[in-house]
Amino acid sequence: MIPEIGQFSLILAFCFAIVQGTLPLVGVWKNNTALSNLAVPAARTQFAFVAIAFICLDYSFYANDFSVLYVASNSNSHLPLAYRLAALWGGHEGSMILWVSILALWTMAVTLFAKSLPETFRIRLISVMGMVSIGFLAFIIFTSNPFERLIPAALDGRDLNPLLQDPGMVFHPPVLYMGYVGFSVAFAFAIAALLDGRLDITWARWTRPWTTVAWVFLTLGIAFGSKWAYYELGWGGWWFWDAVENASFMPWLVGTALIHSLAVTEKRDAFKVWTVLLSICAFSLSLLGTFLVRSGVLTSVHAFATDPRRGVFILMYLVVVIGGALILFAWRAPKVGLGEKFDVVSRESMLLTNNVVLVAAAGSVLLGTMYPLLMDALGAGKISVGPPYFDAVFVAIMAPGLFLMGLGPLAKWKKASLPEIGMRLRVAAIISLVSALLVPLLMGKLTLMTAIGVFLGIWVASTTIILLVNRIKTRKMATPDLVENLKGIPLAFYGMLLAHLGIGVFILGVTLVKGYESEQDLRMDKNDVAKIGSLEFHFDGTQEIAGPNYMSTEGTFTVTSNGKQVAILQPEKRFYPVQGSVMTEAAIQPGVIKDMYVSLGEPLENGAWSVRIYIKPFVQWIWAGAILMALGGILALTDKRYRILNKKAAKEAQDALEAFEA
Amino acid sequence: MKKLLIIFLLISNFAFAGEAKPLGDDPALELRLKTLSQDLRCLVCQNTTLADSSAPLAEDLRQEIRKLMREGKSDQEVIDYLVARYGDFVLYKPPVNESTALLWFGPFLLLIIGGFVLFRVLKKHAGNEDIQAEDV
Amino acid sequence: MNRTFKFLIPLVLFFIAVGFLFKGLYLDPHEVPSPLVGKPAPMFQAPVLSDASKTFNSADMKGQVWLLNVWASWCGACREEHPVLMAMAKSDQIATYGLDYKDIDQEAQAVLDANGNPYKTIATDANGKIGIDYGVYGVPETYVIDKAGVIRYKQIGPITEEVLINKIVPLLKELQR
Repeated sequence: MIPEIGQFSLILAFCFAIVQGTLPLVGVWKNNTALSNLAVPAARTQFAFVAIAFICLDYSFYANDFSVLYVASNSNSHLPLAYRLAALWGGHEGSMILWVSILALWTMAVTLFAKSLPETFRIRLISVMGMVSIGFLAFIIFTSNPFERLIPAALDGRDLNPLLQDPGMVFHPPVLYMGYVGFSVAFAFAIAALLDGRLDITWARWTRPWTTVAWVFLTLGIAFGSKWAYYELGWGGWWFWDAVENASFMPWLVGTALIHSLAVTEKRDAFKVWTVLLSICAFSLSLLGTFLVRSGVLTSVHAFATDPRRGVFILMYLVVVIGGALILFAWRAPKVGLGEKFDVVSRESMLLTNNVVLVAAAGSVLLGTMYPLLMDALGAGKISVGPPYFDAVFVAIMAPGLFLMGLGPLAKWKKASLPEIGMRLRVAAIISLVSALLVPLLMGKLTLMTAIGVFLGIWVASTTIILLVNRIKTRKMATPDLVENLKGIPLAFYGMLLAHLGIGVFILGVTLVKGYESEQDLRMDKNDVAKIGSLEFHFDGTQEIAGPNYMSTEGTFTVTSNGKQVAILQPEKRFYPVQGSVMTEAAIQPGVIKDMYVSLGEPLENGAWSVRIYIKPFVQWIWAGAILMALGGILALTDKRYRILNKKAAKEAQDALEAFEA
Repeated sequence: MKKLLIIFLLISNFAFAGEAKPLGDDPALELRLKTLSQDLRCLVCQNTTLADSSAPLAEDLRQEIRKLMREGKSDQEVIDYLVARYGDFVLYKPPVNESTALLWFGPFLLLIIGGFVLFRVLKKHAGNEDIQAEDV
Repeated sequence: MNRTFKFLIPLVLFFIAVGFLFKGLYLDPHEVPSPLVGKPAPMFQAPVLSDASKTFNSADMKGQVWLLNVWASWCGACREEHPVLMAMAKSDQIATYGLDYKDIDQEAQAVLDANGNPYKTIATDANGKIGIDYGVYGVPETYVIDKAGVIRYKQIGPITEEVLINKIVPLLKELQR
């Protein structure tokens, strides 16, 4: 019964999405308030029905209803509850339900929080989001129905892939989708503005917080995915440039460019056309990513089971949505004005240079991901494009941009002086160069790549600190008291500092772990000791443990440093009987300076095991950096400007910020 | 007395605990194999490197590479050996030739062209009042 | 009006991308084409299945057009292909030789005893070395080799009737001339 309710709810949601996505736009066009007023109620009703469908599906997982084909394919009665519920997004059909649910959630948020927007604009916004919903709901109903019945019902399910039976599964997809799907709001803002014909500073100010929230979620989602891969897959890798990883990274790069471009548009009412194009591109890349994962066009670890029919459907949908958006763009963009002037050397131009770098970087990721397909389609042979390509090209393109990060925020709006910026950055330059030589030598080996990496990481971090010091100094005259001084700095500024600092921390983490990680493949009998640096890994032996739905051989390693115990690591080799798969669960001792990482390989004779021991210096800095970036974004969001309770407060806050930044 | 006790304990410790031995007879060869095979693609489990894959063909190919290395073949000769049999697909680092020129140089071209266009637009933007986007 | 064209660039780029994606829906990203097509078939000598006294030498095959079918008793898809191979053998126009890949003699023989033997001779490749030389990555795979000993075509996966009629038979006709 419940699955049928879910199925029916989906169909109703689809009907309301159709209403939401078409009639209000007609209403705005023809000045028919009856039609345009349908937007909010239709959107909220659509949300309600999507929520019901989601709940029905998850209930089927909770209740182990194996008469539902999707539940039988992805769950099992022995699966722990949290994973049973998360298994909803373990397969293609369910992940699409997650997609539309999150889209409906964002739409609901727009109906609730975008009250300060002009009515017609808000209605257009909701309607455009409705159009996106129509496509996805249609896709689910006609090609990917999760409520399909299995008759006769299975006695038990095929279980969730053991790789996914992990807390990471509970958090990574929803958070990632919140970001991925959240760019639909920025997209809708752009389309609504193009339809409106009105693109000004206020448009940028409205768009910014919504874009930032999506960006924060996407940053966290990608970081979770990376961290999960690190501890789950057993060989300490955290990024593989896999097609699906790239599919989430490209919107992130363009989204970052968008946030910076919006700053220019908000400040100078300039480059609006470019900002609108970026908004369209960010979400288009999200849609493209959704296509790539499900169409069978590319090989990927993450790829869902493929079906050309589904591929054609999504592709047609892409053509309608993205093609439509770009046609609208080509038609309306030329009429948009160019805005206020600013100098060739200015903060505005630096922000736009950031855009060029980020877009070129996103281009390299897109090119690398699609190139094998390109060559195959042209009959030019079959190649593979993997980490060696991306590591070389992507990093080479980002490097100049990362260097510019030090200069941009210091540049004055409208007209800046390079020599003046150079003066202020002397200290940072010296610190960075010295670190670039010292740190690698301290770590044990100086190479060009590590030197460059350390230079850039310290450069970004130190220039960010100089920014803060600078601000404090400038304000000292007016506000001599340090605490008052700090309190008076807008949160948006702190947000920027934190996010940029996060990038520096991230770069250092990546550089040091890649440059100095060590791996040992060893054969260890019971009581053997492996000596790595000053650490000693003593293999205490193994024992058998039973888990809720698996059998495990758990090894114990006591790690000592100069006689003192520093860690006990217990890696496992798990056997999941339902799918008959063997999983390696690595044991990790995380630390600020380094991670110790042990995984069991294969059992050898006489109770001996092949063991892999990794030392990963500064690897946690990678995700710490990402979290700092996300925190920075959140801080920027809480800035007074965006808590627009009424138009007067908003104007006051904006004036205060302009006075601050002048 | 204490010293003797400590020495005794240390010696008896050595008697019980062995040192972990590296897997594989020649650690230098294994390292070379690992570094090389990390940039090669497994043809069966196509989403793993030849270094990490547990597929039987991957095992066979790693053995084959060890054999070639012991025979004194260089890294490039090993790569050529595999490409002759499986094509460029087996390389995670695509070759640099006319077909892949766009791949390797495209992004840099994009960066340079983008920078150039931006510079031109900025110059115009800095100078002119009230121009329409169309005129730029 | 010239100036408006630059706003169409994103749209044009998008449609080019869509074209490739559409073509991509009908391609198989997993398939690894062989670089050996058009090159001489690697020479090998191998023991014959279930007959320790005999050796198969690929050099002996010069002068005739032949098929080398790589298979194994543990390979499910090979069973799918088997009836087609039997039909080919019956026609007496096609000479198919087998390469038993990473297999155990008794088990291979058992499969042939049960389902029939479509091969003129079967060479065994117990350690897979010959397979590596031929770029084998997933059985079954079949090579069409011409009179000069050059590989002219590689079939990845089972030979279906469709492939047989549309690709292999016409090619064999051409090579026999």
